[in-house]
Amino acid sequence: MSMNDFFLWMSLILGFLVLVSLYRGIGGPGFLNRIVAINDIGTKSVVILVLMGLVIQRVDMFVDISLAYALLNFIGTLAAAKYLERKGAI
Amino acid sequence: MLEVLSGLLIACGIFLFASGTLGLLRLPDFYCRMHATGKCDTLGASLALIGCALYNGFSLVSLKILFIVLFIFLANPTATHAIGRAALVNQVFPWTRGPSPAGSNFGKEREEE
Repeated sequence: MSMNDFFLWMSLILGFLVLVSLYRGIGGPGFLNRIVAINDIGTKSVVILVLMGLVIQRVDMFVDISLAYALLNFIGTLAAAKYLERKGAI
Repeated sequence: MLEVLSGLLIACGIFLFASGTLGLLRLPDFYCRMHATGKCDTLGASLALIGCALYNGFSLVSLKILFIVLFIFLANPTATHAIGRAALVNQVFPWTRGPSPAGSNFGKEREEE
């Protein structure tokens, strides 16, 4: 079990966890639970991206992608929260 | 030695992610779920990314990975705070087991959206 396999197994587990938290994302009773689920999935996909970068030995490219992804995820969550505060749509 | 350490860190990060997801599913109320994912994601992502940075050795890319860790440490709690505040502004009250505190409709029934 080389380090490469280890990274693959870890990102596989993370992928499964993304599916599990997607359940809350789709079935979440309201708008709020869905934002939390999407935020959760966003952080997980950042880690999956970096792990995939290590597997494919192109880390420099994937680190930039995951950095941009983390930024966008954060801004998306803030935008949803701000919309919620103004509009009040639960 | 370095590989063992980074593998261990990544494994701990994945375990924290799993516990955060478990909290997201099983906890009864919106605030509990946000509470669970907010903390477990921040630390889980940080441990996993530090493990990746360690495995990658000393280079600019590792510095960028550590910057992602710093960013997640700052951004995730802020996002969670923003959502929580937005929820509280919209009269979403935390769920309480049993009789609610006297003199308030504080979480009478389990919150339905």
